[in-house]
Amino acid sequence: MDDFLQATNIVHRFKKMPGGLLECLHAIQDFYGYVPKETINIMANGFNISRAEVHGVISYYHDFKTLPLGRNVVRVCQAEACQSMGSRELTSRIVDLLELDLGETNEEYTLDAAYCFGNCALSPNVEINGKLHPRVSPDKFEKLIKAGAL
Amino acid sequence: MINVYVPRDTASISMGADDVAACISALSTEINVIRNGTWGMTYLEPLVEVETNNGRVAYGPVSVADVSSLYAAGFLNGGDHLLFQGLTSEIDYLKKQERLTFARCGLIDPLSINDYKENDGFKGLEKALKLSSKEIVDEIITSGLRGRGGAAFPTGIKWNTVMEAEAEQKYICCNADEGDSGTFSDRILMESDPFCLIEGMTIAGLAVGATMGYIYLRSEYPLCKSILKKAIAIANINNYLGKNICGSGKYFDIEVRLGAGSYVCGEETAMLESLEGKRGMVRAKPPLPAHIGLFGKPTVINNVLSLASVPIILDKGGDHYANYGIGRSRGTIAFQITGNIKRGGLVEKAFGVNLGTLVNDFGGGTWSGKELKAIQVGGPLGAYLSRDDLELLLDYEAFSEVGAVLGHGGIVIFDETANMKDQAKFAFDFCAIESCGKCTPCRIGSTRGTELIENQDYELLEELCDLMDTSSLCAMGGMTPIPVKSALNKWPDDFKD
Repeated sequence: MDDFLQATNIVHRFKKMPGGLLECLHAIQDFYGYVPKETINIMANGFNISRAEVHGVISYYHDFKTLPLGRNVVRVCQAEACQSMGSRELTSRIVDLLELDLGETNEEYTLDAAYCFGNCALSPNVEINGKLHPRVSPDKFEKLIKAGAL
Repeated sequence: MINVYVPRDTASISMGADDVAACISALSTEINVIRNGTWGMTYLEPLVEVETNNGRVAYGPVSVADVSSLYAAGFLNGGDHLLFQGLTSEIDYLKKQERLTFARCGLIDPLSINDYKENDGFKGLEKALKLSSKEIVDEIITSGLRGRGGAAFPTGIKWNTVMEAEAEQKYICCNADEGDSGTFSDRILMESDPFCLIEGMTIAGLAVGATMGYIYLRSEYPLCKSILKKAIAIANINNYLGKNICGSGKYFDIEVRLGAGSYVCGEETAMLESLEGKRGMVRAKPPLPAHIGLFGKPTVINNVLSLASVPIILDKGGDHYANYGIGRSRGTIAFQITGNIKRGGLVEKAFGVNLGTLVNDFGGGTWSGKELKAIQVGGPLGAYLSRDDLELLLDYEAFSEVGAVLGHGGIVIFDETANMKDQAKFAFDFCAIESCGKCTPCRIGSTRGTELIENQDYELLEELCDLMDTSSLCAMGGMTPIPVKSALNKWPDDFKD
């Protein structure tokens, strides 16, 4: 369907920007939802670096995904402030409910760990499809799912 | 028209501020809803304010369900209501603070350059434009400002080094990779007063002779990104950035660059690698970034709050700023009271207040109502303190004397249900996940540390901690032992099973 013409355009936009590879990867991911392996070559050519170097950058950063995500993306904060408000129990309930471990994806969901959304006075925090939900108890999470918030 | 303020920062929006704003706006055509930044009283968010003849009165926390009863109670005239907090400026939480860096946060519409100018905005820059580079740097040295990111290195000395370096291109890099759990002061500043950061970076550029600035922003802060980009565009149109700053012929530009979910990229040299579009691997120092920094050029790297403190220092003078604080910790620092706490939020105070004041007087004790157990100050690499430490003064030196760190001012409260062995183990787990992998003590030590805690081999654990402390390349591996050792020393019973 897509011959990655868009990826070529995106790379063209960023290749002259000093240190532009990260910005380019964000743009690729924004467009495709992940970083398709077919785009690695295009980036390597555009930035005049090796494919290994592009791959190295992709694999280094938690944000960049190399496979398509589920229809809904759930990110649960695992850091200390949220721990102090019960994120461990919350996480295990979410793992049970979605039948996924942190870092796993199925067609419906992607479940991921996050390390701080900067909303630590309103812990614990869960981000669902880009929307941040504060003070999430296990019951509140279940309600969010059942109410079709996902 | 009646002016009603509804904040638009990440915390208030997460609590439903957008819906509240829409709901209030629909009440009457006489209402003018202004989306201000946040005052940082997060426990009252969304904090709705109404402008009255006596000043701005506050109601909070307001949900959509409260709007009709607020209207019935005459909140548009400052009427009494269950959520009535009185005059905003008289709320104890705010009144007891010393607001220098955050003076405009909450007060103004973050993207109104007129609001900014009417409240002392760009006064520092206008002064700086009349001074020589050396005079600007001297003013910062006089202020005693130290890096607010956590390392507390004197900002003026850093600037001086870059100023004296000879190069055809220099850079200002703003570290906005606020990754520590329990911190959000950079976020509040960027969302509530972005022109302040822009002004601070521009002054830094004038001081050291840099014409280009980068803000390295963490990807978890999408709202900051859009606000900063708009603010930069507005500043450009109004000649506060660009080719001819305030008609002076001086040039400075700022670009926002997004991180990608790596904690260690908050370390300054890893941040430079990331800005260059590479893996965020820590660089060995020397050479200092002040000599060989971004793209190999002399570079000032400062935290958001260090840079945002610069405008008021230039405006009011270094002496004025240095009048606040104690010992070698001059000025104010933004504390963030978070975790298991009743009244969480941002508190800007002069150095020297004690920990108990923040936890109890401001914070109001634990959210759960259970006994306070531990307080982690300074992020994931900071020590766990106990109830016995509440008298401790918040000052860089007082903290390092007891093996703790003030860091970026994050304070996370835990109640008695916390298990400190779990917390110590998490410190290693986190280090294993986030280590850049360049040096062995951090890359391997973190995983070995988790195993040693699981196997309860605490003698070897002490040795490992010493090794990581002395042999790691950066603070990630070097400071991970701090939370571990403090937990082990203060709560040995938690480690017995």
